[in-house]
Amino acid sequence: MTVFSFYLFALSAIAGGFFTVVSRQPVHSVLWLILAFLSSAGLFVLLGAEFVAMLLVIVYVGAVAVLFLFVVMMLDVDFAELKAEMARYMPLALLIGLVILMQFVMAFGAWEANEAAEGLRTQVMPVDRHNTEALGMILYDQYFLLFQLAGLILLVAMIGAIVLTLRHRQDVKRQDVVAQMMRDPAKAMELRDVKPGQGL
Amino acid sequence: MIQADLNVILPEIVLAAFAMLALVGAVYTGKDKTAPAIVWATGILMLGLAVWIGTRGTATTVAFNGMFIDDSFARFAKVAILLSAASVLVMSQEYMQRRGILRFEYPLLVALAAVGMMMMVSAGDLMSLYMGLELQSLALYVVASLRRDSLKSTEAGLKYFVLGALSSGLLLYGASLVYGYSGTTLFSGIIQTAVHGEVSLGLLFGLIFLISGLAFKVSAVPFHMWTPDVYEGSPTPVTAFFATAPKVAAMGLFARLMHDAFGAAVSDWSQVIALIAVASMFLGAVAAIGQTDIKRLMAYSSIAHMGFALMGLAAGTELGVQAMLIYMAIYATMNVGTFAFILTMERDGAPVTDIRALNQYARRQPGRALAMLILMFSLAGVPPMLGFFGKFYVLRAAYEAGLGWLAVAGVVASVIGAFYYLRIVYYMYFGEEGHEIEANGSPVLWGFLMASAAVMLLGVINMFGVEGAAAAAAATLVN
Repeated sequence: MTVFSFYLFALSAIAGGFFTVVSRQPVHSVLWLILAFLSSAGLFVLLGAEFVAMLLVIVYVGAVAVLFLFVVMMLDVDFAELKAEMARYMPLALLIGLVILMQFVMAFGAWEANEAAEGLRTQVMPVDRHNTEALGMILYDQYFLLFQLAGLILLVAMIGAIVLTLRHRQDVKRQDVVAQMMRDPAKAMELRDVKPGQGL
Repeated sequence: MIQADLNVILPEIVLAAFAMLALVGAVYTGKDKTAPAIVWATGILMLGLAVWIGTRGTATTVAFNGMFIDDSFARFAKVAILLSAASVLVMSQEYMQRRGILRFEYPLLVALAAVGMMMMVSAGDLMSLYMGLELQSLALYVVASLRRDSLKSTEAGLKYFVLGALSSGLLLYGASLVYGYSGTTLFSGIIQTAVHGEVSLGLLFGLIFLISGLAFKVSAVPFHMWTPDVYEGSPTPVTAFFATAPKVAAMGLFARLMHDAFGAAVSDWSQVIALIAVASMFLGAVAAIGQTDIKRLMAYSSIAHMGFALMGLAAGTELGVQAMLIYMAIYATMNVGTFAFILTMERDGAPVTDIRALNQYARRQPGRALAMLILMFSLAGVPPMLGFFGKFYVLRAAYEAGLGWLAVAGVVASVIGAFYYLRIVYYMYFGEEGHEIEANGSPVLWGFLMASAAVMLLGVINMFGVEGAAAAAAATLVN
């Protein structure tokens, strides 16, 4: 049963990835991408990494893919034109790709699996603690420095986005809470007695 | 454990915490009105940190399970990074303020970039290497397009970003291959997988990808294409920043990775780096001849200089690393002075970058022209100046490591390259009478110009102790 599910998820992940690339419609590509994410989540469940699987579904499918969908639908990009542009360089790209592929086949030939790695592969999950605890130990303890650095990088990205795009508009009226509280009703309005037929 | 670890990275924490506090402070108070004060505060803090790091002793400490290494090499690079970043920041204040592009985020992004650079030169792990590199690069992409209403500046930022992302991809791919074939991301672990000075083919593949990614960051040929456009398009103070601190950091990271992680297989990477070095030196020397824009010219100049610094690295010896460190320190000092001069070049309040505008400059400003002459001679490597000794060290290191052909190529390239530096001097002293440029600029700029020129002359005596510090730094890296 496990083997069957593994092949099922693996095949659908590969198919999802493949059709993401080859689909003509960008929206279809995103949908195939979601399939690839979901299948990978299934693979993680088979490994016993439920937390990562759920993260994949919530973060990637729930947020990232939906964001992609919005971007694809909002952006007015002529994909046919882009593809035509790409087709011009296709022969050269294929040649370079082929050369690199051959080199990697050679490099892969030199690869030998470590025995310790075999052991790790059969036992993905730590025995003595559960998923989230193990992840927490890695993230906040072992790789504390990297975690903090990643935070700084995100801060820089945020500053950058604001620096490059935020424009302070002069014509926008801003709320000033203190001024509102300090308003004197006597000065703010005036009662006039308008007589019929005379106006002000 | 964590307490001791945090003590090791205290300078980085101080700088990052300062940047964050200043960010919050500036947002809630005067916004861009506080920018000049923040620029000076950041500069002074960096100077203080440089002094602190420089006097922190000679011990080698490893923190965070080997991910962060604090040794003499890292400290040497950090002092050079902080000093050049502080100088450029202080230089840019008046120039940017006058043109209305001084925003309070600028000094803070530079400070965060400096934190990234300090992480880079202290990296002991492929992951911390990448994190430091990205922190630095991301901040640089933003400051490149700081003048967001200018087409050229945004183009520079975008070009830098796209190509930088590509190079990060190459680097990451190399890192994943290295991890796959060595089973660890720690430099100290990777070096153990090379038995009898031989690394496996897969590891070599990863190494090549890593070198490609890093060559982009130091703008070495054939990954140099972005440099002239980014240098030209960015605001001049930002260009000055690009030409100094990030180059020192990237070269430091390069040396750290090559020696700490692949030090057992020097012969495998030395030839690759030698080739990159030769190509950079010649391209930098030849392509700059046709340039009349001084910022583009300095871009090609920096490509050529990176070739020389890489020559020291290609030697693969302790002497080579020492030569590279001395070269980078001299290079950063020269560039600070030269860019201080470029920042003063303007006509009717608008910056001028055409070198022909310097015609007859010496007649009007003899003292400043003399300082520029010294800097240009030093950049070209003319003997009495310090720049010559920088070149001399790398050439000697390459020669003693058996790379005689590389040293010869270096001499030839430096002779070709001398042409365009001397042409600037020619324009200043013997150029035709023409449209003059004003020599404006704050006293700070003139101070940096004069100080840099003075260092180029007086440094000949004992190099202000840089030589000994570089030797100690190289000794801790190569052993």
